[in-house]
Amino acid sequence: MTGHRPSLRSTHPAEVPLSPRAFDLLCLTMACVLGLHAVHLPWWMVAPLAVVLVGRWQQRRRNGKRAPIWLKLPMIGLLLAAIVGHYGSLFGREPGSAFAVGLLVLKLLESERIRDARVGIAFACFALMSALLFEQGMVVTALVALALAPALATLRSLEPAQPETSLAGSLPPVLLTLAAAIPLALFAFLFVPRLGSPLWGTPGNDQARTGLSNQMAPGDLTELLVDDSPALRVVFDGAPPPNVQRYFRAFVMWRFDGRAWAYGGPGLVRRASTLEPGRTTSYEITLEPTHRRVLPALDVPLAAPENADLSNDHEIFAQHNVDEARRYRLTSSVTYRLDPALDDRSRALGTSLPAGFDPRARALAEGWRQQYGNDDAAIVRAALTLFHDGGFHYTLAPAPLGRDSIDDFLFDTREGFCEHYSSAFTFLMRAAGVPARVVTGYQGGYWNTMGNYLLVRQSDAHAWSEVWLEGRGWTRVDPTGVVRPGRISEGASANTGSGAAWYQDGWLKSLRNHWDVVNQWWGRGVIGFDALRQQGLLTPFGIRQASVGTLSIVLAIGCAVLVVVALGWALFQRRDGDAWQVSMARLERKLGRVGIARRASEGPQHYLARAARALPARRKELERIQRFYLDARYGHDKPPPESLVSFRRMIRDFHPGRMVK
Amino acid sequence: MSLADRWHRIQALAERRLPSLTRMRQREALPIVLHRRRIYIVPTGFGLGFAVLLAVMLVGSLNYANNAALLLTCLLGAATAGSMLSAFRVLNGLGLGGLRAGNAVAGASLPVSFEVTGGARVRPGVHLDANAQKVGVVVPRQGAITVEFALPTEHRGWQPLPRIRVYSTWPLGMFRAWSWLNPDESVLVYPRPEAFGPPPYEPQSDADRGRPRSGDELAALRDYRPGDPLRQIAWKLSARHHDLLVKDLEQPSPKRDWRLDWQSMHGMDNESRISRIARWIDEAHGEGRRWSLQLPDRYFDVAQGDEHYHRCMTALALQP
Repeated sequence: MTGHRPSLRSTHPAEVPLSPRAFDLLCLTMACVLGLHAVHLPWWMVAPLAVVLVGRWQQRRRNGKRAPIWLKLPMIGLLLAAIVGHYGSLFGREPGSAFAVGLLVLKLLESERIRDARVGIAFACFALMSALLFEQGMVVTALVALALAPALATLRSLEPAQPETSLAGSLPPVLLTLAAAIPLALFAFLFVPRLGSPLWGTPGNDQARTGLSNQMAPGDLTELLVDDSPALRVVFDGAPPPNVQRYFRAFVMWRFDGRAWAYGGPGLVRRASTLEPGRTTSYEITLEPTHRRVLPALDVPLAAPENADLSNDHEIFAQHNVDEARRYRLTSSVTYRLDPALDDRSRALGTSLPAGFDPRARALAEGWRQQYGNDDAAIVRAALTLFHDGGFHYTLAPAPLGRDSIDDFLFDTREGFCEHYSSAFTFLMRAAGVPARVVTGYQGGYWNTMGNYLLVRQSDAHAWSEVWLEGRGWTRVDPTGVVRPGRISEGASANTGSGAAWYQDGWLKSLRNHWDVVNQWWGRGVIGFDALRQQGLLTPFGIRQASVGTLSIVLAIGCAVLVVVALGWALFQRRDGDAWQVSMARLERKLGRVGIARRASEGPQHYLARAARALPARRKELERIQRFYLDARYGHDKPPPESLVSFRRMIRDFHPGRMVK
Repeated sequence: MSLADRWHRIQALAERRLPSLTRMRQREALPIVLHRRRIYIVPTGFGLGFAVLLAVMLVGSLNYANNAALLLTCLLGAATAGSMLSAFRVLNGLGLGGLRAGNAVAGASLPVSFEVTGGARVRPGVHLDANAQKVGVVVPRQGAITVEFALPTEHRGWQPLPRIRVYSTWPLGMFRAWSWLNPDESVLVYPRPEAFGPPPYEPQSDADRGRPRSGDELAALRDYRPGDPLRQIAWKLSARHHDLLVKDLEQPSPKRDWRLDWQSMHGMDNESRISRIARWIDEAHGEGRRWSLQLPDRYFDVAQGDEHYHRCMTALALQP
């Protein structure tokens, strides 16, 4: 027995001052919140908050006095002023979370009581969640979940009457609690009915638009070409097409203003292209959020997926911006004839050029026309030969171009990348009278053998041309491939020559590609798990379209099952004592049911003798049990194990029957 | 009538009218082991507030279709819901026994201690609340811990132990698991002595006057005899003699034995007699006197010491 004498408490529990351990954990929690938000907060806000946090922690450890009011009020004023000054408002995602983080850190200044700490922790949980509004990646989510551990540990440390633990020792039990909560959390995650449409406002899309733009001027793509983030992932129904055929079309650009090519625009009214499909392939694309409407597709898609439209040039546009990852299935034709007969309107558009630009290039093209007569294919070949043999080379950092950009490029700098080549090529074709247009999209990609899908990164963005040839329709011509064949057969990573980042090579690259499998799993399984996919969740169980009611019922049933499992754990109690006592306790329960409960004052001998008197019919059995037990307990230092087995059997076979009153 | 009083009245009425509600609150013999059927769990104020916060987080993450935030909310919710079971586990199988009660006169507080046993696991954050006295303890594994209360008393005689509420908000303070312990035990409260009054009637008898008794004052010096205690030797004086001298100590006038008699007081009601006798016994015990006590139904012969004191006080306390 421990002679511990507990102290009497009279104050309200929530008014008790914080213990040093609890305050340490509280500071750790706030540091985690600040750290997770530091990515999107301006550094001049993070640094002072970190200083306040560390300073307050040290100050309370040293003298334990509370921070004075003349220090607190100006700090809150300063925080408000900084946020309004930087963001222009207090409301919205960024200023709101900055305000919350700032207040939480300043709250430490006046956290002296248990009540303060509880309020602080509750709002810290909220602030942790708000960190996920900025980024939903797997790593960030895992970090935020881990940051719950110090928060819960703080709550634990606030409880009175607990054994002493070290700071590090207070985290493992909480991590265990969190780990034990994962099954219920996952189940709830799967079956909490999703909202088909938001209850209020839609989140602001102030994220910078990434991905392809609907304009293309030489040099525009440079940023994209060094961006390694995934753009889309493709799962093919059959074998994937070879690398040289992996052209994903996004925008078809007709309009040229002397510098840039652009999609759409006024006066672009054409009739829809006619398509004579050849070999087709089916596949499914998962597109990362682009905040644009375009849905890239392999070559020429036959039809648009749901909630999207097919344009005249067989581009696909979603009805709304792609603000979250989107999956769509398509069937595309990889051999085809597009627009076998060209209408006059399209021909006029496909050969129009702005006046007053690039005279030398026009002269060159007109020379080809005179040289080859009506043979458009020969003109194409002449242009490609020029690129191949004319001293052109491929670089991602070309020299800048002047007003007559095509002339400068063709006769002067002779260096550039896909944009320059496709732009110059299309210009030459138009100048020679061959209908031509620029197409942007993605080309290539990395075949991930582990996940059996094609990963296309932003750096796989590409631009090429389509020319209309008699009898063949719109035909893809990739002038970049002539200059640098590796770009097409090996993919974008072959581009970056000596300027390649160190992480582009070798095992690290394969590691990064494997990592992408995990990311894709996260993106599809967690982030992309929307109302639509939730409805299909119960399909294996014969429920095709799970309604909110069905989901709620499944959620309730599943939670009940998990609660029963957890209750089983909670109710499990190891019986005290050794195997002999456990068997004896079983006998006592059996006898207790017929009213012969063991008194606290009774030893086994007296108890069993009394039982034998009360149950004359079982007297012999009980006496045998009594002798056996007493002999085993007191006759030996160590009773032989087989006697325990037979004792257990005796107890098991004993049935008290009815008591004689 | 204060709000608390009114609440207690309503509770008492509910217990009378709806015994099924209070089935588990019947008095029962110690030791009491808590069983799952008598453990109740309610959320605390903080728990309710946290639930509101979780609801806000849930609606927010659903509204913005932010699945990572939803996953986090589910994780936090599941972890806090699990803390309910932890609170339950703290109490399930907890045992209360080993009652020890001290002595007190009516009106003073009486120390009472229990032993709380935990069985196979450590149980942190166990709180016992008896008459608004709260004690929090950690119950060790395979052992017991002693919990003390100071029980306020009012009347002499047997006083039943109050109902004890045992509760725990471990581990997160969001749920309170609680149960009532109503031990079927009573503690004895001694009668309160009167504040002042006359000394007992002393029959003038010289039978034992002049008998030397060991006392505080120096009576005489005599030669050392074997067996005399060392501290009575007058070392300084002995130094001038060749024999050891011993201080003979003696009480100037030895205290008389008191013969306390219920019948010696006339014209007083029982309670006054009891409190007067209690004062006499207190005084006699304090002065080291010997006393005898004659009650209407019992007689205690002349004696002194703690045992005699407790016997007499117990008999007084239980006087009808």
